[in-house]
Amino acid sequence: MADALFHVDFAGPLVSLQDAGRPGHMRFGVPSSGGMDRKALALANLALGNPAGAPVIEVSLGGLRMTCTEGTVSLAVTGGAFVVEAGARKLASWHVVTLTAGETLVIRPGHWGAWAYVAFAGALDCPRWLGSASTHAGSGLGGGVVKSGQTLRIIDAQTRPERDLPLPVTCRPRQKLHVVMGPQDRCFPAETLETFRAGPWQVTAQGDRMGMRLKGPKLELGDALSIPSEPILRGSVQVAGDGVPTLLMADHQTTGGYPKIATVLDDDTDGFAQLRAGDPLELVVLTPAEAATLARFRKDRWAEYLARRAEAQA
Amino acid sequence: MTPTPETPRLTPVADHALLVEFAEALDDTAHAAVLRLDHALSTHPAPGLREAVPAFVNLLVEFDPALTDHAAIGAHVTSLLGASGAEASAPVTHEIGICYEAPFARDLPEVAMKLGLSEEAVINAHLAGDYRVYLYGFAPGYAYMAGVRPELRMDRKPAPVRGVAAGSVIVAGAQCLITTLTMPTGWWILGRSPAKILTGAEDRPFLFDVGDQVRFKRLSLAEYEAQNG
Repeated sequence: MADALFHVDFAGPLVSLQDAGRPGHMRFGVPSSGGMDRKALALANLALGNPAGAPVIEVSLGGLRMTCTEGTVSLAVTGGAFVVEAGARKLASWHVVTLTAGETLVIRPGHWGAWAYVAFAGALDCPRWLGSASTHAGSGLGGGVVKSGQTLRIIDAQTRPERDLPLPVTCRPRQKLHVVMGPQDRCFPAETLETFRAGPWQVTAQGDRMGMRLKGPKLELGDALSIPSEPILRGSVQVAGDGVPTLLMADHQTTGGYPKIATVLDDDTDGFAQLRAGDPLELVVLTPAEAATLARFRKDRWAEYLARRAEAQA
Repeated sequence: MTPTPETPRLTPVADHALLVEFAEALDDTAHAAVLRLDHALSTHPAPGLREAVPAFVNLLVEFDPALTDHAAIGAHVTSLLGASGAEASAPVTHEIGICYEAPFARDLPEVAMKLGLSEEAVINAHLAGDYRVYLYGFAPGYAYMAGVRPELRMDRKPAPVRGVAAGSVIVAGAQCLITTLTMPTGWWILGRSPAKILTGAEDRPFLFDVGDQVRFKRLSLAEYEAQNG
């Protein structure tokens, strides 16, 4: 089978290769990494008949431009509402398109969303670390950051019919975040907890794959300034000494000494990743049991959706 | 209630984790309890457990909420804590080479001056430490070792220094670590180690386990170069 080659003409900052992530190594300082929006990543792959967790390109607001220099291959673009130019065609994300040698693919921000995913019909050739192609931004370990000038190879490149992909409601940006307070909520004065719940909060431009700072009222720390370093999760909301909360994401540090005022439901963090600076947030506080119930419900619904998509495609 | 090694506090974290705290401040008894529970969970994993992350005085148990919940994981943890004879896994002792020569020991002169010791005395004090890996954090392979001797303990620098090379041996307070990435650090740079904490080996990708002991051995520049080859 023939390969397809792409020359990366331009890659914005934070464009990297990602897959389903490498869970299970937090005890060694390694976060899972993987897609900022894991659902959109999975749907890009499934649209082409790939395994849900196959390596893809994660495109940031910085955008991506690359030219097919050899072969023909279909690709699927999902994620935020990015503009997709494929050769002479001007499309949007949530499409399967086919590119052939000489044609250029341009992906740039559209009217909403912060991350887009490009999956290929074929295998994206890239290094793996601990069994995963997900790039850990701080170290560059994994598939790697995509850089202008580099060549990407799609092994066993194939084509699929060009088509629109449905954008499920689950993959819209999520401004309403379900949180469970703590685990260090007791370190904060009661007024600070109330201030946190009430907001208002906004997404800021100060963010990357490690975490995103939120803008809102100052959170007074009381005497909670420093705790012995303890484990952190994707979704932890840590409050630094300046009283500003940061929502930790895919490449989060695995331990840290800032107190965590709350933790966002894991399933809400994908949609959160698709928000842009200035977007308002609404926090809904749940008990841990309510959060676990909601997580199970969401997980079942998502599995049903994936099964229906697979059926529709078959 | 303040948690203790005998009566830990179990705090649910979001929909998919439970934090087991044995103390609120640094405490060796609490850390020993963390290592015992970590070992017990590895030999008797709860259904639905995804991973356990040990830290100084607490351990995070992350689970699949589709398969289990906070209460079931909490009950499992409590039963393991109550089981008699729970032990930590036997710590391995690693001998790790460090080269304290000038190209690698950029802070040695300043540290010696600050502490009122000769450079040789600083090196000997560092070699004499009783090091143990307490936790990983910050970045892949950053193994935080406690055990720096009291005469060598310093606050970190007021501002971090950029571009500190991977393999640097750095200290602050009671802690010491060998960096795995070129990164900024506010810790004091005493030397360079050829040891690869990220081993690149598939069966054992990380050199140390939490709880392992480390002894440092002094390397000449030539020995460093030979081992770093």
